[in-house]
Amino acid sequence: MKTASKVYTALIFIFLYAPIIVLIIFSFNDTDTASRTQFSGFTLRWYQRLFEDRYILEALLNTLIIAVVSAFASTVLGTMAAVGINRMKRMPKKVMMNITNFPMVNPEIVTGVSMMLLFVAAVSLFGGKSLGMASLIIAHITFCLPYVILSVLPKLRQMNPNLFEAAQDLGCPPVRAFFKVVLPEIMPGIVTGMIMAFTLSIDDFVISYFTSGTTQTLPIYIYSMTRKRISPEINALSTVLFVCIMLLLIIINVRQGREERRAKKAERERA
Amino acid sequence: MRTKLISAPYTIWMTLFIIVPMGLVAFFAFTDKSGAFTLDNIARVGQYSNVFLRSIWLGALATFISLLLGYPLAYTIAKAAPNRQSFLILLIMLPMWMNFLLRTYAWMSLLEDNGLINNMLAAVGLPRIHMINTAGAVVLGMVYNYIPYMILPIYSVLTKIDNSVIEAAQDLGANNRNVFLKVVLPMSMPGVISGVTMVFVPAVSTFIISKMLGGGGNLLIGDLIDMQFLGSAYNPNLGSAISLVLMVIILICMGIMNQFDDGENVGGGMIL
Amino acid sequence: MLKPIITLKDIAVSFDGEQVLKNFNLTIGDGEFVTLLGPSGCGKTTVLRTIGGFVTPDSGDVFFGDEKINNVPPHKRAVNTIFQKYALFPHLNVYENIAFGMRLKGKKEDEIQKTVTEMLHMVNLNGMAHRGVGQLSGGQQQRVAIARALANEPKVLLLDEPLSALDLKLRKDMQNELKKIQQAIGITFIFVTHDQEEALSMSDTVVVMDKGEIQQIGSPIDIYNEPKNAFVADFIGESNILDGTMIEDYLVEVAGQRFKSLDRGFGKMAPVDVVIRPEDIDIVPTGSAAAHINGVVTSVTFKGVHYEIIVDVDGFKWMIQTTDSANVGDKIGLALTPDDIHVMAKSVYSGTMGDYSTFSDEMEEALQEEGSEHED
Repeated sequence: MKTASKVYTALIFIFLYAPIIVLIIFSFNDTDTASRTQFSGFTLRWYQRLFEDRYILEALLNTLIIAVVSAFASTVLGTMAAVGINRMKRMPKKVMMNITNFPMVNPEIVTGVSMMLLFVAAVSLFGGKSLGMASLIIAHITFCLPYVILSVLPKLRQMNPNLFEAAQDLGCPPVRAFFKVVLPEIMPGIVTGMIMAFTLSIDDFVISYFTSGTTQTLPIYIYSMTRKRISPEINALSTVLFVCIMLLLIIINVRQGREERRAKKAERERA
Repeated sequence: MRTKLISAPYTIWMTLFIIVPMGLVAFFAFTDKSGAFTLDNIARVGQYSNVFLRSIWLGALATFISLLLGYPLAYTIAKAAPNRQSFLILLIMLPMWMNFLLRTYAWMSLLEDNGLINNMLAAVGLPRIHMINTAGAVVLGMVYNYIPYMILPIYSVLTKIDNSVIEAAQDLGANNRNVFLKVVLPMSMPGVISGVTMVFVPAVSTFIISKMLGGGGNLLIGDLIDMQFLGSAYNPNLGSAISLVLMVIILICMGIMNQFDDGENVGGGMIL
Repeated sequence: MLKPIITLKDIAVSFDGEQVLKNFNLTIGDGEFVTLLGPSGCGKTTVLRTIGGFVTPDSGDVFFGDEKINNVPPHKRAVNTIFQKYALFPHLNVYENIAFGMRLKGKKEDEIQKTVTEMLHMVNLNGMAHRGVGQLSGGQQQRVAIARALANEPKVLLLDEPLSALDLKLRKDMQNELKKIQQAIGITFIFVTHDQEEALSMSDTVVVMDKGEIQQIGSPIDIYNEPKNAFVADFIGESNILDGTMIEDYLVEVAGQRFKSLDRGFGKMAPVDVVIRPEDIDIVPTGSAAAHINGVVTSVTFKGVHYEIIVDVDGFKWMIQTTDSANVGDKIGLALTPDDIHVMAKSVYSGTMGDYSTFSDEMEEALQEEGSEHED
């Protein structure tokens, strides 16, 4: 890289990371006034408080439950859907892809309020409890589904269409052939889809905001904390989340790198 | 056939939780509280035209700045060595995975009147600047939050440009400037288009950024909708009407962009 | 006639309203090497997939021996397929790929191991059992595909353009090898290709197809020497196809001249197509007694074994393959004997093949590309 572009890249990265670094530094700030701007010594007090805060822990638990359930459900439903869509003829496939793309281009806030209207209507029609975990999980599955489908479909498309037939040809009944041959082939896409669904669910605020009723998730709790403009606890929480995500991304990256290296090695050996 | 039935649960799910809710939005938009048909809600949206204009203006500005800042970076990354590329892309994506409320919150502490930036200015003897609760702060928040969505698609299109096409252009007598203007830029248009949509749509419909960095004076469409559903001005009928108008505006914008995209693809095809 | 092993009766198949096979009847004998030959889109792969059970015909019956197998799913049919791009399971190594079918049948491990070793030996891949299939060359993958299919001890092996992805030299080697394997194990091979040379050199029986219909069935020699219509004549080798008139039995008029021929039974003064193979024509000086037809040389191409000479005879271009050379612009005479002339009844293909007609290299390349995108 030339010097000019190096400087430019550095400036953009400073812009991207400065606020995060500031957040992290102030999570260790030893202050009673909860000042966000004066650094007055090192402490781990905010981390301690964070892990003692019942509300945060409850919100965290809710978030994790929702993320696990909706990642699992959307992965199963989405993989099934992708297999079906991949085998469709042109027109129905086009319709399905449009439905799949719609929630991804529609403003999140509109998706959020539309589901809120549905859930409120459902509650008033069928009774039952107000919005909460159930509506949150349904909403999360819904917005995760397209991402799962879009990461599984390319794998199905890349797959040699004869593989499934070859397994049957060698004596495997269709359903077993799917699990023995197709599933291992599209597994990387399924795993990527599931990880995406999981992180999107953990991270979601806008749609949860409209469909949560009184149930707290971590992003919703963070929102209420930022409204009150207090407590370096929030910085501590940011730092913890940031480190977790960084680790997750590094793991994924290493995995991908290993896969790529393996592919390259195989190519070399073939040549 | 069994293979077709396998996507049936998905179809049912999406019908129930995407299509039906959209129908509800349309229904609420055209009815009053008693459920009778009315056009009042749509008509009332007109009263908020200043909010719509502000949202579109700030969203467009943020999109433009993101493009201006993001394109050169995407280009620089695409030109870097492969190992370095994936590292830099990881660095671009990392902040994206941090909750955007927290990212925006971080800017609050930087931009405040007695925030870090102003303290630094004061420390070197410069006058303090009022930044928080201005339209500028809102645009900054938008650019900060959404610029990765601009960089990533442009980068991915740029890396797919076959180097031999660039060499062919050089071979035919194009200098660096011409190679960029006549080959690289037109060929990267699909990435630019998708980057622009991916930044513009969330920016124009945001309500968090305006709330946190814009104070009360920079109301956006998202805030209006929020107020009708979960805020003080509870009125889901009006809220639905605003949502509907917002969707239509975005559809029109995307239609225009796609037109542009098609045109550019023809151009790209001609170059190839 | 051999005992029939596969019989297709009145098969009709259509995809998206497009008729791919119509009224298709074919009987294949046990132990035969049969090739389905035709241009891309002629329905040959669909025939193979119908036998394999991957295509359900709209009407008609498929028999295996005497048993009707219309409703038998692919995994229960005693046939195995070698797919165009091999379809090896990428997540399994060579050994596990070959063992796949046997494991499903619940065979014992020592038996599996024995068979895999035998199969690897047969296809010349000794010692490769534990390689990943991604590390193999195209030719090696091809061999694994053959071993995997044969390890299942099929009664019939279906081969869908298995050699089309290999380069020329490897393709020739594999042709010989496949033929040898077929003779050694003695099962039926049904081979699909668009390469006429491949078809002629490997098969006991060639089935020439076009537009979902059989044009001709016969031994390679019959198909080459006695094409039934202009399509077959054109598709198999290079030929000059001319309009002619059968004056009476054993006498045909073509290019303004009357020739003795070996053909009869067309009636008197019947319009016919006449095929003359380029290598059967001799060049003689103009005006000599043997010069039945005179023309001007318009191009001469050296082809290694022979020269390919294009001669303009009153506007129709003839192709001649000969070891004698000529120069462009020369006036030469063409000599023909009765065996050089083959008379065919008029068909829908009459007059569609242009001047001397060839299944050109460009066409073949185009077909290979199309073929690799799957025929159906």
